[in-house]
Amino acid sequence: MRLKNILQLGIKELRGLLRDPILLLLIAYSFSLSIYTGASAMPEALSRAAIAIVDEDRSPVSGRIALAFYPPYFVVPRLISAAEMDSRMDAGLDTFALDIPPNFQRDLLAGRSPAIQLNVDATRMTQAFTGAGHIQSIVTSEVNEFLSRYRSGGTLPVDLALRARFNQQLNKSWFGAISNVISSITMLSIVLTGAALIREREHGTIEHLLVMPVGPVEIMLSKIWSMALVVLLASSFAILVVVKGLLEIPIEGSIALFLLGTALQLFATTCMGIFLATVAGSMPQFGMLLMLVLLPLQVLSGGVTPRESMPEIIQIIMLAAPNTHFVILAQAVLFRGAGLSIVWPQLVALLGIGAVLFYFSLRRFRQFLR
Amino acid sequence: MSGQPGGASPEPPSIVRLREVSLSYGKARALDAVTLEIPPGRMVGLLGPDGVGKSSLLALVSGAQAIQTGRVEVLGGDMASAAHRAASCPRIAYMPQGLGKNLYPTLSVSENVDFFGRLFGQGREERERRIAELLRSTGLAPFADRPAGKLSGGMKQKLGLCCALIHDPDLLILDEPTTGVDPLSRRQFWELIDRIRMSRTGMSVIVATAYMEEAARFDWLVAMDSGHVLATGTPAELLARTGTTTLDASFIALLPEERRRGHEPLVMPPRPAGAEGEVAIEAEHLSMRFGSFTAVDDVSFRIGKGEIFGFLGSNGCGKTTTMKMLTGLLAASEGTARLFGREVDPSDMEVRRRVGYMSQAFSLYSELTVRQNLDLHARLFSLPAERIPARIEEMARRFDLGGVMDSLPESLPLGLRQRLSLAVAMIHAPELLILDEPTSGVDPMARDAFWRILADLSRKDGVTIFVSTHFMNEAELCDRISLMHAGKVLVSDTPAGIVAGRGAATLEEAFIDYLEEAAGRQEPEAPAAAAPEDGKERAANARFFSPRRMLAYATREQLELRRDPIRAALAMLGSLLLMFVIGYGINMDVENLSFAVLDRDDTTVSRDYVLQISGSRYFTQKPPITDYADLDRRMRSGELSLAIEIPPGFGRDVARGRHVEVGAWIDGAMPSRAETVRGYVQGMHSTWLAQKARELYGDGAAAGAFRIEIRYRYNPDIQSLVAMVPAVMPLLLLMIPAMLAALSVVREKELGSIINFYATPVTRLEFLLGKQLPYILLAMMNFLMLTAFAVLIFGVPLKGSFLTLSVAALLYVICTTGMGLLISTFMGSQIAAIFGTALLTLVPAVQYSGMTDPVSSLEGAGAIFGQIYPTTHFITISRGVFSKALGFSDLTGAFLPLLVAVPVLLGLAAVLLRKQAR
Repeated sequence: MRLKNILQLGIKELRGLLRDPILLLLIAYSFSLSIYTGASAMPEALSRAAIAIVDEDRSPVSGRIALAFYPPYFVVPRLISAAEMDSRMDAGLDTFALDIPPNFQRDLLAGRSPAIQLNVDATRMTQAFTGAGHIQSIVTSEVNEFLSRYRSGGTLPVDLALRARFNQQLNKSWFGAISNVISSITMLSIVLTGAALIREREHGTIEHLLVMPVGPVEIMLSKIWSMALVVLLASSFAILVVVKGLLEIPIEGSIALFLLGTALQLFATTCMGIFLATVAGSMPQFGMLLMLVLLPLQVLSGGVTPRESMPEIIQIIMLAAPNTHFVILAQAVLFRGAGLSIVWPQLVALLGIGAVLFYFSLRRFRQFLR
Repeated sequence: MSGQPGGASPEPPSIVRLREVSLSYGKARALDAVTLEIPPGRMVGLLGPDGVGKSSLLALVSGAQAIQTGRVEVLGGDMASAAHRAASCPRIAYMPQGLGKNLYPTLSVSENVDFFGRLFGQGREERERRIAELLRSTGLAPFADRPAGKLSGGMKQKLGLCCALIHDPDLLILDEPTTGVDPLSRRQFWELIDRIRMSRTGMSVIVATAYMEEAARFDWLVAMDSGHVLATGTPAELLARTGTTTLDASFIALLPEERRRGHEPLVMPPRPAGAEGEVAIEAEHLSMRFGSFTAVDDVSFRIGKGEIFGFLGSNGCGKTTTMKMLTGLLAASEGTARLFGREVDPSDMEVRRRVGYMSQAFSLYSELTVRQNLDLHARLFSLPAERIPARIEEMARRFDLGGVMDSLPESLPLGLRQRLSLAVAMIHAPELLILDEPTSGVDPMARDAFWRILADLSRKDGVTIFVSTHFMNEAELCDRISLMHAGKVLVSDTPAGIVAGRGAATLEEAFIDYLEEAAGRQEPEAPAAAAPEDGKERAANARFFSPRRMLAYATREQLELRRDPIRAALAMLGSLLLMFVIGYGINMDVENLSFAVLDRDDTTVSRDYVLQISGSRYFTQKPPITDYADLDRRMRSGELSLAIEIPPGFGRDVARGRHVEVGAWIDGAMPSRAETVRGYVQGMHSTWLAQKARELYGDGAAAGAFRIEIRYRYNPDIQSLVAMVPAVMPLLLLMIPAMLAALSVVREKELGSIINFYATPVTRLEFLLGKQLPYILLAMMNFLMLTAFAVLIFGVPLKGSFLTLSVAALLYVICTTGMGLLISTFMGSQIAAIFGTALLTLVPAVQYSGMTDPVSSLEGAGAIFGQIYPTTHFITISRGVFSKALGFSDLTGAFLPLLVAVPVLLGLAAVLLRKQAR
């Protein structure tokens, strides 16, 4: 193994990349505009939730409830009739419909404990749960306040001081920006290395390399370092300029530590790219395999929904994926300001997964060259 | 020609007329103000060395290349006009340069020809008749079912010719049709052309060639050099004008003075005496089997140091395989090969450093310039850095690459590329050169120059050269040659010895004699008389949209898809797997969140408070927190999603009704999870308060004044799978069909068969729809399978009408494959297409299409994107039908955008697709 060869072959890869302006444009797009629009489109956990109110009571208290919903959490509620409710929910226009029954205020004051019906479109998973909770507490507090003027009764003076750490406003765009960076890193590194290898085979250049004094390890390492470097540079740009600069997301921890993690992640994913390329016979097959691998990596790594809520078997399987560890590391370092003493297990895991992938892809690569 | 539109008009005086035509690729000028008239009904030869603009001229004449400046008239019309191109395309046949570049390697011989027949709008019976005729007359009939990719070079060229002749063209354009073809096949090829011309006397043929010996058989010649026409006329006229006896000599005489300098006949000096003895290459009983096919059968030879050893044989006889075994690229099935006395070992870097290898197909990096290619190889062979520039200069001079050092190989003609490959193979001054048909496609002058270098290397430096060739004059220069056929060596001797042994006049005769003896003589039949022209057919071809041509592409695409079952299987099984994984994996119902308590009170009341949280299914309690530092560390690592701090004296203060505050910290790194946690904690806190209040103050307390009944509609059990499956299906039906459709077009661009779209009457819409159709079918099968699995295996209820869903799915996959086609118009390489499709489908579909967050609550550009993106609307329909039992009338709002998107996407793709090379 000669470092000089690895360097030269890697430079060749970089030069090849420079010859494909569309590809460069796509790389630039995925690390700038895509992250920016992705993050800024991300709604707050509950943002502009579509709510409608069927007010069959038309009393002061029902009017009070209707007034309690306003942007940014909710759209200004539409007052609709009971007949409209079903068709509007069917069409997906409203996520929530609050039905206040006739004589609600009278029954309430009489202590007959009337019921308000809250209809939730459960197909809107994200908003359904958080929104229902919000609406419940808003209605309760409005009704209680209304009641407190009529009745006296003891409430306990115990307060709950709820504070969110690391992202006080629970700004979803912070999270969205980082998970977009992570998915761009994964996608790009696998595509670039894998497709570059298949391209060499489809164009017959790999055969040429093999009659030269260059070994498979050198060919593989050259692809790994060059493509990883491109992605590392692009992700540094994304973090420093797009995330920190344009989106003004405060970064708690050390960016250097994050980039170290990125480098290890890239080591693992580029090896994965080579592995996939050796498995796929042609570019279209590689494209299919890519989809098969990318989507689960992205969806199940904890970058979209929390890992804790996934079935246990999936949690265990996903421990073998580099993304899972990288997502944990990225969140810990960038949001929670965690240092090396806290994220070292993730670094070790990434290195381990990378080494295993390297071993397997090298073995496949040697067979591939035969 | 009675069938032509306006058939009574006399033949135009010229079939091709060029006026002041120039063409440049970037800085390189291929044609420089060429003015030329080509007479009809002749066999016209376009002569000249590599890179003088022959191919560019032919591409312009065929209409495949867009005109830059000047006027090109073909068949009496202006080729700049799209209408004339469309009208004349069916009368022109174009066979581009390169072995089988416009063929489809996975399709069989007859399927390839059939595809071209369909492109020209022929009916089934007519196609079958013509295919049978053409295959019989070219001798390809026995191989009708063999995939084109497995044919030898000569057979590929014949197949290319069949494809070109299927529609009885009036003008046949052949770009170096015999490059890389063995002498026997070459002879058969020209005999075939002669026979065809005899039966179709009106046909004009234009052939580009670099071989003067072929030029003698042409009726009329155009000699070209560096983008200019040197002279035109019959061979006799040219000879008379230059006062020479051979075309070779007359061509050289026509060249300007400075190009002629230094050209003299090549003579191989004899090998110095006493060079025998040392053996450079030794092969003993080498055999190579691929499955049941024996490519190389028990081959043995020894090549001495400094010897030039020639390898001859028909295409596909095992020469390349033998060479690959010698370089270690292939491991021999049997036998041994030794280089410099050492057995070939692929991991032996020392031996590789002493060997230079040039493979038959161009295998250098097309993304690097000529200089960069040379530089890279010099460095890989560890030449000292300070010597590299000088060595590169030397190579550039030797191979006459000086003018193109900074060009990309792709922009160079074949001959120049071959020279570059040679320069690369020799950059490290190897002791042994293994050259696989190094001079295919190289013009005679350059070949002479090349052999002069070989002579030098062998005689002066003692370099051993093992070379395969199809040229007899090159074979005669070798010290010894071996004749190979069907994996076996027929004879091994000096060239003179072989000629004498066979009693033949020339080496070529001896060679053909040997081959015919080995192969068994077979005379191809003469073609039947050409079918009478059919006027209706021509008229049908001119139509704007022909379903038959569209189906030609669709059928071919579907055949290719069937030949690659892995791709289809991945598409089908992959989407099932993904649906399963995502359906189970994404769970919006947050559970098992970890929390821990810093309990500074530690009384029954505080423990009761904690129990309220730990008792719920949403939270899992972790060991208690010891102090703030512990809390900080455990939250930073992400171990805790929630930390509760209960102040000292909590129990006492609650009992006395004194104001007290419980602290709760939520990990905000994942906001949606934090929101949920906040909701849970607030809920539990108030429940606890109500409970306590009842305990303390009795039932009259505020609790229970009213109730809120929550009804989760459409999915009452709040199962993730039921909610996710209708959203995941649109995602899968987007990504996979879009990727396949995009690749199907870009692949043709990258591998060269797009030329068929440029040079045949297919319109853009026919091409696009034809490409799209098979993938729509595949996607619909996918849809059916996904739905079946969702309902039968996952138990997701399908409440609405299946018909509504199917119609929507059909519209949707037309959109998604259309998006793939649209993306493909921008992309030049398959890598960019894969990446671009993944980027442009995955991100918007996951984030902006209402899969998790409703589109109505998105903001900024994402919101606009979400509203026009087809996936948004199909998710609405899919959820509506699956969960809400909605029908057509309820979903009009979602159907309309899909209906609009179909023509918009296809129209855009058709407008952006280029019908000519630029």
